[in-house]
Amino acid sequence: MSRPVAGLLALLALLTAFPLFIGPYVLSVLTLVLFLAYSGQAWNVMMGFAGQLSLGHSLYVGVGAYAAGALFFYYGIGPWAGVWLAVLLCVALGLAIGFLAFRFRISGVYFALLTIAFAEFTRVGFDHIGWLGGPAGMFLRVAQRDTWDFANFRGPPLMYYYTMLALTAAAFILCAWLMRSRAGYYWQAIRENEEAAEALGVNSFYWKMLAIAISSAMTAVSGVFFAFYYNNLFPEQIFHISRSIEILIGPIVGGIGTLFGPILGAAMVTLLAEGLSDALMALGWDIPGFKRVFYGVVLLMVIIFLPRGVWPALARRLGLHA
Amino acid sequence: MPLDLVLNVAISGVLTGLVYGLMALGLSVIFGVVRVVNFAHGEMMTVAMYAATILFSVLKLDPFLAALPVAAAFFAFGYWLQKTLINPFVTRPMHSQFILLLAIAIVLVNGLLMIFGPDARNVQVDYQLESFEIGGILIDKARLYAATAALVAATALFAFFRFSLIGKAIRACADNYLGAKVVGLNVKHLYALTFGLGSACVAIAGCALSVLLEVTPQLGPVMTLLAFVIVIIGGMGSMAGALLGGVLIGTSEALAGLFIAPSAKSMFSFGLLILVLLFRPQGLLGTRA
Amino acid sequence: MLEVRHVSKSFRGLRAVSDASFLVPEGDINGLIGPNGAGKTTIFNMIAGVHVPDSGEILLGGRRIDGLRPDQVCAAGVGRTFQIVKPFAGLSVLDNVVVGALHRERSVRSARNQALAMLEKLGLAAKRDWPASSLTLPDRKRLEIARALATRPQLLLLDEAMAGLRPTECDQMVQVFREINTAEGLTILLIEHVMRAVMALARHIGVLHHGEVIARGTPEQVVRNPAVLDCYLGEEAKV
Repeated sequence: MSRPVAGLLALLALLTAFPLFIGPYVLSVLTLVLFLAYSGQAWNVMMGFAGQLSLGHSLYVGVGAYAAGALFFYYGIGPWAGVWLAVLLCVALGLAIGFLAFRFRISGVYFALLTIAFAEFTRVGFDHIGWLGGPAGMFLRVAQRDTWDFANFRGPPLMYYYTMLALTAAAFILCAWLMRSRAGYYWQAIRENEEAAEALGVNSFYWKMLAIAISSAMTAVSGVFFAFYYNNLFPEQIFHISRSIEILIGPIVGGIGTLFGPILGAAMVTLLAEGLSDALMALGWDIPGFKRVFYGVVLLMVIIFLPRGVWPALARRLGLHA
Repeated sequence: MPLDLVLNVAISGVLTGLVYGLMALGLSVIFGVVRVVNFAHGEMMTVAMYAATILFSVLKLDPFLAALPVAAAFFAFGYWLQKTLINPFVTRPMHSQFILLLAIAIVLVNGLLMIFGPDARNVQVDYQLESFEIGGILIDKARLYAATAALVAATALFAFFRFSLIGKAIRACADNYLGAKVVGLNVKHLYALTFGLGSACVAIAGCALSVLLEVTPQLGPVMTLLAFVIVIIGGMGSMAGALLGGVLIGTSEALAGLFIAPSAKSMFSFGLLILVLLFRPQGLLGTRA
Repeated sequence: MLEVRHVSKSFRGLRAVSDASFLVPEGDINGLIGPNGAGKTTIFNMIAGVHVPDSGEILLGGRRIDGLRPDQVCAAGVGRTFQIVKPFAGLSVLDNVVVGALHRERSVRSARNQALAMLEKLGLAAKRDWPASSLTLPDRKRLEIARALATRPQLLLLDEAMAGLRPTECDQMVQVFREINTAEGLTILLIEHVMRAVMALARHIGVLHHGEVIARGTPEQVVRNPAVLDCYLGEEAKV
């Protein structure tokens, strides 16, 4: 077994056993880390593979969450069925945006702004959709929190943790498989030199759209998780640009286009933010804004000194191939 | 709906829009020349607004007078920021630029939060409650002064770029980076100058806006988005376009607030943005790159 | 094999190619020469699907290919190299060719084998794990050719493949093309300024000037053609 695989399995084992040793607060932080790692991995497919910068990924989280949430709220349909609607809607949205962008030749900054515009438009729009709760939000009823009711995705925090762990692991395996497949080669070729790729028979439109579809589908699932984990949905929160930003910070800090980057980045950023917040409170310096200033400064340091992300540099040090 | 109400709202929208236009102008100039997408633009303006409120409460300085020293300070800050932090990122991929400026924005917003707290602040000058009456239309004095300041600043900037030697040099850099270097222009310095000028615009806009709006740290991101919407609609790199876009957005938001629900007005702006991006990405007055 | 019929193309009022027609028989090596700006690369780009001709037709093996997308043209059997080489800089030499090989091969594994064979043929096998960005110019050109060949084309378009090469490197390249042509019957159409290569390789040459084909024939015929000497080759080329 190669070193990287052994390392990953060890990490997985560690994360599986971890809950035995930690309290509920740390468990919730870790669940958040995994949520962001998973979402970041999904975002990375579009950015790292297809080279399209999406600054509006909150759109898919929100639509996915509301789709499954509404089905549960009105018809009592559980998340396992609801996720199909969520994925369907988000893939349709993603393909629509992607198609519009390619059809009208929008790329770079303009594409990024287009994604922001769609997310913002939807955010304000959902505020006005009464039957989804409007600005006051949609609340999913929680039957119980004690036993693992997988069908309705209700249970103790531990259940959510393991579900997210499984999702993150699955996403990692999926992306690893994709990278080694024809899709992975073609995506890299398109990113390196689209004209040359086309001359070799690569239909760049098709492959870019595929990346977008996969990315939006994966993000839809995280939205469904969000709905059934937090049990309340507010357009202001879920479609907000800060949601999009927290998804993409992990992969950018960790390393775009790499497999482990999104996971490492999500962990680093979340743990730093939470750790700082705790440290400051312990020191009695609970000034609003202090934590995020520090966060901003760290982000600044990373982007200036490690522009390709932390993982490539770290991997080199460890003698691994990113 | 009575006509004079609609007219009043529309005109007030136009005047506010001119101030937004000045803010967007700064962004447009920066992107047009330096090719950096300043995602901290609105945050910078919020800092200027706070500066105006401080100068007013401490020195009783009218924001329109405060605009001059604040603009000078912002010019220096912008120059420094570009020369030291941002310059290496000019050639880097967009997501890197985005994170850099996002980080700066986070530091600015939360710095303000730390210093001033989350509560809203404003400036209270006498003329805020007064208005001119012209032919049955009421025009707020403060709004008119703000719009005038914006126009004056925009005209000055336009004249600078059109007629001065440095302005022409900057336009040369924008047109042809390599060529400019080859003929010996100090591109790095000119980029920094441009960023400084863009920052000065933002400062003046902020001071002007401080008499119209209450300021909170959270206004920053909202303003950044607004600046982008305006610049895209008006045309990236077009100065007149930024002002036109500002007026359009100001008016449509004001009218949308009147006819539809006030909370839906930003939907209108984003919808318009989507349409412009799809059908005329160069904006109304921009040129296809 | 390749038939270009009365093809024209203008760019914003500037006539780049005007009523150009020529034929490239199967298994032939054809050259396209002419002064800069004559329209040679534009013709290439029209064959390769980058531009759509304003008028006229382009047929490959009897099938029309004008108006197809570049990837569709590749599927029809055309491979091409670029005037300014475009390697996938972040990928290894082998991976570069794998991208090409995946066009015909079903699996990544078989594509890798095919790619290795191509690298052997072009003498790059030893450098297969090097990043493409670390190659010298002649090697980058060989890589680009290996990559195009990996798509198993019937027609290979070579855009100034000799540019920037020293005479010995040029002769080596000529050898490679001769071998591919004789061993696999690959039809080759090349744009060249390096007359040494054109004379050595091409069995037929077309000459372009201001977007029009002003001469066609064997190399010997063309170098004696007064119009060609006038516009391109110069008096010293008179043999």
